[in-house]
Amino acid sequence: MRGNFSTYTNFMAAAAITASMSFSAPAIAQEETIKVGILHSLSGTMAISETTLKDTMLFLIDEQNKKGGLLGKKLEAVVVDPASDWPLFAEKARELIEKDKVAAVFGCWTSVSRKSVLPVFDELNSLLFYPVQYEGEESQRNVFYTGAAPNQQAIPAVEYLMSEDGGSVERWVLAGTDYVYPQTTNKILQAYLESKGVAKEDIMVNYTPFGHSDWQTIVTDIKNFGSAGKKTAVVSTINGDANVPFYKELGNQGIKAEDIPVVAFSVGEEELAGLDTAPLVGHLTAWNYFQSVDTPENTDFIAKWQEYTKNPKRVTNDPMEAHVIGFNMWVKAVEKAGATDADAVIDSIIGVSVPNLSGGFSTMMPNHHITKPVLIGEIQADGQMETVWQTSGLVVGDEWSDYLPDSKDLIADWRAPLSCGNFNVATGKCGGKGIN
Amino acid sequence: MNKSVPNCPRLSRIASSSDGRSVEHWSTTWRDVFAILFFAMALIFHFSPPAQADEAALRTIIAKFATAKNFQATVQIVGELAATGDPSVERSLTALSNGELYFRKADASVFIGKEQGQAILLADPLNGDGAGEAAKAEVTKIKVNNTLRRTIRDALGGLTLSSADPAARLAAARTMFKTPNAATIEALDAAILNEAVASVKKQLEQARASAVLVSDLPASEKLAAISVLKARGDRDALSLLTAFATGAEDGAVKEATEGAIAGITGTLAIWNAAQNVWYGVSLGSVLLLAAIGLAITFGVMGVINMAHGEMVMLGAYTTFVVQNVIRTSFPGLFDWSLAIALPLAFLVAGAVGLAIERGIIRFLYGRPLETLLATWGVSLILQQAVRTIFGPTNREVGNPSWMSGGFEIGQLAITWNRLWIVVFSLGVFAILLYVMKRTPWGLQMRAVTQNRRMASSMGIRTPWVDALTFALGSGIAGIAGVALSQIDNVSPNLGQGYIIDSFMVVVFGGVGNLWGTLVGAFSLGILNKFLEPYAGAVLGKILVLVLIILFIQKRPRGLFALKGRAVEA
Repeated sequence: MRGNFSTYTNFMAAAAITASMSFSAPAIAQEETIKVGILHSLSGTMAISETTLKDTMLFLIDEQNKKGGLLGKKLEAVVVDPASDWPLFAEKARELIEKDKVAAVFGCWTSVSRKSVLPVFDELNSLLFYPVQYEGEESQRNVFYTGAAPNQQAIPAVEYLMSEDGGSVERWVLAGTDYVYPQTTNKILQAYLESKGVAKEDIMVNYTPFGHSDWQTIVTDIKNFGSAGKKTAVVSTINGDANVPFYKELGNQGIKAEDIPVVAFSVGEEELAGLDTAPLVGHLTAWNYFQSVDTPENTDFIAKWQEYTKNPKRVTNDPMEAHVIGFNMWVKAVEKAGATDADAVIDSIIGVSVPNLSGGFSTMMPNHHITKPVLIGEIQADGQMETVWQTSGLVVGDEWSDYLPDSKDLIADWRAPLSCGNFNVATGKCGGKGIN
Repeated sequence: MNKSVPNCPRLSRIASSSDGRSVEHWSTTWRDVFAILFFAMALIFHFSPPAQADEAALRTIIAKFATAKNFQATVQIVGELAATGDPSVERSLTALSNGELYFRKADASVFIGKEQGQAILLADPLNGDGAGEAAKAEVTKIKVNNTLRRTIRDALGGLTLSSADPAARLAAARTMFKTPNAATIEALDAAILNEAVASVKKQLEQARASAVLVSDLPASEKLAAISVLKARGDRDALSLLTAFATGAEDGAVKEATEGAIAGITGTLAIWNAAQNVWYGVSLGSVLLLAAIGLAITFGVMGVINMAHGEMVMLGAYTTFVVQNVIRTSFPGLFDWSLAIALPLAFLVAGAVGLAIERGIIRFLYGRPLETLLATWGVSLILQQAVRTIFGPTNREVGNPSWMSGGFEIGQLAITWNRLWIVVFSLGVFAILLYVMKRTPWGLQMRAVTQNRRMASSMGIRTPWVDALTFALGSGIAGIAGVALSQIDNVSPNLGQGYIIDSFMVVVFGGVGNLWGTLVGAFSLGILNKFLEPYAGAVLGKILVLVLIILFIQKRPRGLFALKGRAVEA
């Protein structure tokens, strides 16, 4: 209900604000530039998360220009505001590509917004770098997924909880917001848990609407579910704003991390900034990057970022790192190809390796997903995460889950001659699921 | 040592996890060895009477924290410390559990540290004496994770059983109740004999009962334990009994267990219904708070005010600003922050409301569609203004200590913040009712609403009354924001989440009737909470909406319709 309403509001917001808000950075006269599109909501419900990513992109472009730009030209950012309104994302993407002639677009947060722009990028043959962890089950020729696929976040987190270090969890609550990312992730997790011998009655799945604020009943349910004598954990795909009241209720009902830990996939440093984290110490998050990661690359990045934003307390988070990786990969691929046009970059970017901020190198794979380390962090009293576990090496993003019956035979490989996003290895044909 | 038999399930579980899962980066064999070692030590500890180990030995063990390479190694050291049975290790274990144990990089000596600005105040891990301070870079924090915290909690449970502080003994008994271990029965027996405080004694007896269930004591002991657990009658007891019943052999014991389980399940079902009613009341109070301002602007004045939610948001942001000032300038006043924020929120939201009425709405009386669109525009402007001033991210509003945590009545868990919000919303309602029914201003307000021309003829300055009424409704929304900041996000979108619910409550209760709003809010809250366990949160909301639509079909004017000629006009 609120979801519907807020879409409606967003439409109005868009109508009212677009005119004033969607601006292009002032063009530098007489000098030819390479334009980079930034497609992140600056108003509406998703502004809370996406505004930071816009700032990150401006920061990265600024840094690149200080290094002399790209192919001898300066980079120029074109910022638009899709106002958390999914159809508007497609409109704004079209505007960026057709009117502003950008070389690549960095943007989107929610899966709905990504799905809404896919046909545009396909039709106009442009490039989208998508920086957020998502549910997988997709691989597009024009899209590069720099966030985590489920096997780079959800499954390792569950494996950790099953291990002795994580508390040998045997009973699972899969709690999520009612939309595509939690539902697909939970479907994959359920299949995975069942393949590991977890009984159906030991899994509880619960969905709540966007922005849900009254968690009393659900937290009690979790408490009751967890008192069956088996070690229980909550896997949370609860999105955005709803997390704050959820964690508050957990704290008030006295659920401690030692008893029922919650591992969250959508809660980062930014979200915790609005919360008194003292009662949450010990709850977990799974990401590919934490601000607290202790590497020279990260320390350097944080220092430059805080200097750029002129805010010594400004936090960094995982999707920001994804943009850093994605942007550097694009720069490298353009340099390698010597041109910015989409076809050349799509060919040259595969295999490109750039340093990530957690001390290793991330590589663009033929399925347009990248390699990443997986980190499990515990929430600390100061709102930061402390890494308690991490994969020993890098994990390759798996676009088609091996745990879902209708996608386990599919692979994606965008190199010639295969050049297919959903190749079925059982039938030897390209096509099937996931054609948009 | 053969009393360790009941622990075998746990032991075998540890061993069975050695199937080489990919997440392990520590040699499994070594892990098992450590786990078993730790286990053996825990057992030894439970059999040895509390002893005073010599200080030097304790210091040697504590010093090992500095060289522990991973969590398993730390767990092992905790086990060693617990095995000494010396109560003085409690200080360092508690510090470790709180993440306050550090070691100095220079000489690998271990300290308890408290952060103070950029420095860390060091203290001795055994006696707590000050040991100077160190810069953050000079020391390393010893990491903890949940498994480690649990191990420490269990270890402390045994160590603090004979503590002088009854609260510590109670906590120890609670821990031991939840992690039953047959080896602790002797220690518990001794503790029960010495215990003087009745509540602690009861908890100790329950802890003993839970331990008896996992022991190999004779059936008579077990029957007694079952009746103790049955008398406790809560979910924890139920889970212990259920676990016991699956392993029990047929006979009197099993029958008694099953009887106890059935008994507890029956009682819990009743408590569950009570819990649902309470949650419903609590949700209802939130709805009431959000809707009560609207009951005035929409209900009494008839203005479709889409910016109502933003008034709530302004109240919440006022709370944030007040808390911010208090945090930086008067930290001692933090528990009073809400009391200080209340009048300010009323004034801020009221003033904005007044400005909206004078600036926009007064030109649009009698044109509902234009009012709707104009106030919607205002709501967007307010949202974006707040987003520009305070940023798009959530702002942290803390709970004062008297609003944190909860308590239990029987099996009913009640959290303080919800309880206070129920009390607060009823208080606001009572005050508003008083203002409307018992003050001259309220009389004028009602007069203007019911017959504007007549009221005007009687010398009432109707535009003035309109403006103040709108300001009052907005101000009330502002103080609702103070309360809602305690349970929801403080973000620019805060208001959007409540606007539809507010209209729903006012329309359902009957436009223009404050009592209708009260009854409407609580009945919707309770209905929602009874539907939620069966239908889920998403479907529950849809069902409530469908029911309201059906209800409005039947009674278009809501629960308590205003009657009389004035209404028809």
